[in-house]
Amino acid sequence: MLTVEGLRSRYGRIEVLHGIDLDVASGEIVTVVGANGAGKTTLLKCLSGIQPVSAGSIVFRGETLTTVPAHARVRRGLAQSPEGRQIFTNLTVEENLRLGAYLFADDKVERDMQDAFAMFPILKEKRNLAAGGLSGGQQQMLAIARALMARPSCLLLDEPSMGLAPILVAQIFDVVKSLKALDVTVLLVEQNAFGALSVADRGYVMETGRITMSGPAADLIADERIRAAYLGI
Amino acid sequence: MPELLQFLLSGITVGAVYALVALGFTIIYNASDVVNFAQGEFVMLGGMITFFAHAAGLPLPLAALIAIIVTAAIGVALNKLAIEPARGAPVVSLIIITIGASIFIRGATQLVFDKQLHRFPAFSGDQPILIGGATILPQSLWVIAGALAVFICLWLFFTRTLIGRAVLATANNRVAAQLVGINTNYVMTLSFAMSAAIGALAGVLVTPITLTGYDVGLALALKGFAAAMLGGMGNPKGALVGGLLLGVLEAMTAGYVSSQYKDAAAFVVILAVLFAMPQGLFGRKSTDRV
Ligand SMILES: Nc1ncnc2c1ncn2[C@@H]1O[C@H](COP(=O)(O)OP(=O)(O)OP(=O)(O)O)[C@@H](O)[C@H]1O
Ligand SMILES: [Mg+2]
Repeated sequence: MLTVEGLRSRYGRIEVLHGIDLDVASGEIVTVVGANGAGKTTLLKCLSGIQPVSAGSIVFRGETLTTVPAHARVRRGLAQSPEGRQIFTNLTVEENLRLGAYLFADDKVERDMQDAFAMFPILKEKRNLAAGGLSGGQQQMLAIARALMARPSCLLLDEPSMGLAPILVAQIFDVVKSLKALDVTVLLVEQNAFGALSVADRGYVMETGRITMSGPAADLIADERIRAAYLGI
Repeated sequence: MPELLQFLLSGITVGAVYALVALGFTIIYNASDVVNFAQGEFVMLGGMITFFAHAAGLPLPLAALIAIIVTAAIGVALNKLAIEPARGAPVVSLIIITIGASIFIRGATQLVFDKQLHRFPAFSGDQPILIGGATILPQSLWVIAGALAVFICLWLFFTRTLIGRAVLATANNRVAAQLVGINTNYVMTLSFAMSAAIGALAGVLVTPITLTGYDVGLALALKGFAAAMLGGMGNPKGALVGGLLLGVLEAMTAGYVSSQYKDAAAFVVILAVLFAMPQGLFGRKSTDRV
């Protein structure tokens, strides 16, 4: 469904992705784990189109996306829940969700919104409040829910568990797992390697802009080197 | 008392013009946080193009329509040629670009048209209407109605339409806007077209009363800016109320103090607002968590 080959990207003169190869099959949950600063966020930004690519290719459902602008990639079914708090702080929770479905004007938007509220009941409670007033964890949920409103066939998730209380982390990973039943393919980027590998089918390990290991998630969890470097075991 | 009523009526008329200019600021500001100081030139162009099209033999409504469309196209060109290439520059630089653009438009207008003052006929004659001992021109009623109509349309646009919310979303977080599928370049183009069209409409409505010439835009931009600051930048309700208040304040200053101090009223308002309540009367409060 998504194939990345030789992807390079830079900030100014400093290259931070040195040729990434990666593929995601339809229906899979694939994770990219790696330490702080490895380049995981940069990779997702290249895929969603908000970060320029200096070499390599991105092919999504048979179409080369490398020169397609970010807003048009959403239309093709590739949506990103960005790192941090990239929500519309001045708008209400409900307006944020409605804008998530910016490309649609049919009855399904309302049903999708109800599904989002069922997934994250706290958002329903706060639907009429300005999103900037939500807690960090609630903003994170809103970012995920907003990305789902775009009806993606492939969802790019950047550190959904970051900064969340442990009970919420478990809830977020449950949500990721449940996306499989909704036919949403997931590319999940995480520092929380254990949580991510537990829900994923396959995983990649990224170190300073390169993929250093890949394989079935179960194998990676069992791997001695990964246990030592990322799982603290 | 007829004196007070007369000042009030002329104040509301002038205020409606300021409100129209301030409403024009609203859209571009909401889309990009840029205060477009070329907004006054759009008003000037609306009047000038209508005059020359009318003088060339076109019926007035058609001339006005052409003026609005041409001015909207000039607004789009301003965005494409001057603002979009500078994307990523600080807002202050973009504001300075709009000031440069306004000087350019003024100069080009002088060359293309002329340096004379012009007027075309009022829509419903020049016979003043008597109200309780005071009078008002029928054209003033057109101006006031125009300001109210634009206000209602804008209010509906921002609160009831998805594209209106997309404009707000673009200003709030441009990257996030792209990530939900909003074409932010298109939003900017649309904002400049709408702002310019509103400015031109103001010029069409007001020229029979105030006359127009290549250099009327600057003063209007400053007064509209004062009105928008007073009401709260970015809020259509603030633009309307701020414009009317400023107009009435000016008329009262001119009537009861001296017409020499009339223009000072606007600047006292800008200073007082900046000093006492930078958000204006209806300004949006920032809800960002840091
Ligand atoms: N806007 C930027 N300008 C310059 N350098 C940047 C920028 N964003 C990231 N970098 C650098 O690029 C490298 C990769 O950063 P990136 O954010 O992609 O890592 P990450 O794996 O997502 O890290 P984290 O787990 O902390 O989110 C880092 O060395 C970082 O310092
Ligand atoms: Mg990151």
